[in-house]
Amino acid sequence: MDPAGVEAVFREEHGRAIAILVRRFGDIDLAEEAVQEAFLEALKRWPTQGPPPSPAGWIVTTARNRAIDRMRREALRTQRQLEAVRLHEEEDLVWHEIGDDRLRLVFTCCHPALSPEAQVALTLRLIGGLTTTEIAKAFLTKETTMAQRLVRAKRKIKAANIPYRVPGASEMPERLRPVLRVVYLVFNEGFLATTGVDLVRDDLASEGIRLARILATLMPDEPEVLGLLALVLLTQARRPARTDEHGRLVRLGDQDRTLWDQGLIAEGHDLVRRCLRRGAPGPYQIQAAVAAVHTDAPSATDTDWSQIVALYDQLAQIDRSPVVALNRAIAVGELEGPESALAALDLLDLRGYHLFHAARGDLLARLGRRTEATEAFDTALRLTENRAEQDYLTARIRSLG
Amino acid sequence: MTQYLMSVYYVEGEPYPDPDVIAEIYRDVDTLNEKMKAGGVWVFGGGLHTPDTATVVRQVDGETLITDGPFPEAKEQIGGFWIIDAADLDGALAWAAEATVACRAPVEVRPFQDEPEV
Repeated sequence: MDPAGVEAVFREEHGRAIAILVRRFGDIDLAEEAVQEAFLEALKRWPTQGPPPSPAGWIVTTARNRAIDRMRREALRTQRQLEAVRLHEEEDLVWHEIGDDRLRLVFTCCHPALSPEAQVALTLRLIGGLTTTEIAKAFLTKETTMAQRLVRAKRKIKAANIPYRVPGASEMPERLRPVLRVVYLVFNEGFLATTGVDLVRDDLASEGIRLARILATLMPDEPEVLGLLALVLLTQARRPARTDEHGRLVRLGDQDRTLWDQGLIAEGHDLVRRCLRRGAPGPYQIQAAVAAVHTDAPSATDTDWSQIVALYDQLAQIDRSPVVALNRAIAVGELEGPESALAALDLLDLRGYHLFHAARGDLLARLGRRTEATEAFDTALRLTENRAEQDYLTARIRSLG
Repeated sequence: MTQYLMSVYYVEGEPYPDPDVIAEIYRDVDTLNEKMKAGGVWVFGGGLHTPDTATVVRQVDGETLITDGPFPEAKEQIGGFWIIDAADLDGALAWAAEATVACRAPVEVRPFQDEPEV
């Protein structure tokens, strides 16, 4: 096995290994250092001797031994850690993942007492197994800034005694919200990179999908978790058609639908049906249903816009944000024409949002109001830092002459 | 078990609540104190006089300097506090949620440092 292979195994097993060690030692730093040492050990051994029969088991056992060595060395003996050492000598069972280990860690990483940025960084680091360097790069942040953010968050978890447990049923809806938001944000930042040359940062989008899959495995009975997975899969399915061979943005209506990933679409549709059967709709399920309607249509003109408007009406009941209203207005434009969409749009307070001006420009262009359309696209252009979107808007302005 | 300081903040200069609201606050805080004591959570707590009754003491060039007024210059000032024992932050936050309702003011939750293990 080559070093890249070793790295892939560690990334895959990272969340599980950390979670088991955190449960036993009650210390994230200790768990992280131990898993890191196991990784260095594996890098030395696996490429020459081949991987062990159970790499996952090897990682946990090696990390456990390293952690115990370290504790003995540093005499870091809190009651809990001593108990862990004792258990290590008595039985092997506790060193396997039991039930909710990883899920507990997810809820610690996404605890509302941590800042949203810290929640994202911790989840990518501990559950996703990304390095600090990779996380910093993905969010175009300086590595030292990202490292400080992680250190500070872990210090707060320890000092404030943020628990390592799955919330009870009554707290669940409230505590699930930041977890879903973190995963969706990771995916979206990858899919719709807010700055930079590329429209899409594939690594981060894949990471978001991987995290969504982990959540769906850990919480198969939470409809919103399934809804989130369906949403990211159905969004990602359209990814191959979303940019052309020059990296330019292609709008949904102009996309070559034969390029859409039918495997992801089938999986996403299946998930949407599964969660709809539970009759507990939430924002992610509804957005997934919208994506399902789009991916159901063989061509843009076949899109069932009345159903999309109905879904956005339902979404607006739960989520009164102007962004939802903007999407609804765009759908109304497809159903009733640009004039009523423009009227709905002009009621919204979204002057700082580039997609608002892009949508307005598009409606004005369709109404033949070229000067106003150019102005709207100009404003949108000033508000986005994504190169592919800038190119798209420049092209629209040029075509209006 | 972790000990937490729950500080109740208010903004200086904002209108004082009506006397009947203040009476309600006193009543609600008393009820909460009793609940905390019954739950074995309560360590200490109390309301403070306004910041203009505060005095700051510091050592400057080997001399003790005494000045009038509160130390923080911010307009947010502590109006009272609790010290509680809770199993973890979630436990403390649940008490803080009741405290903010009782006091009609934001509550900051902050952990105490552990005492060194003997």
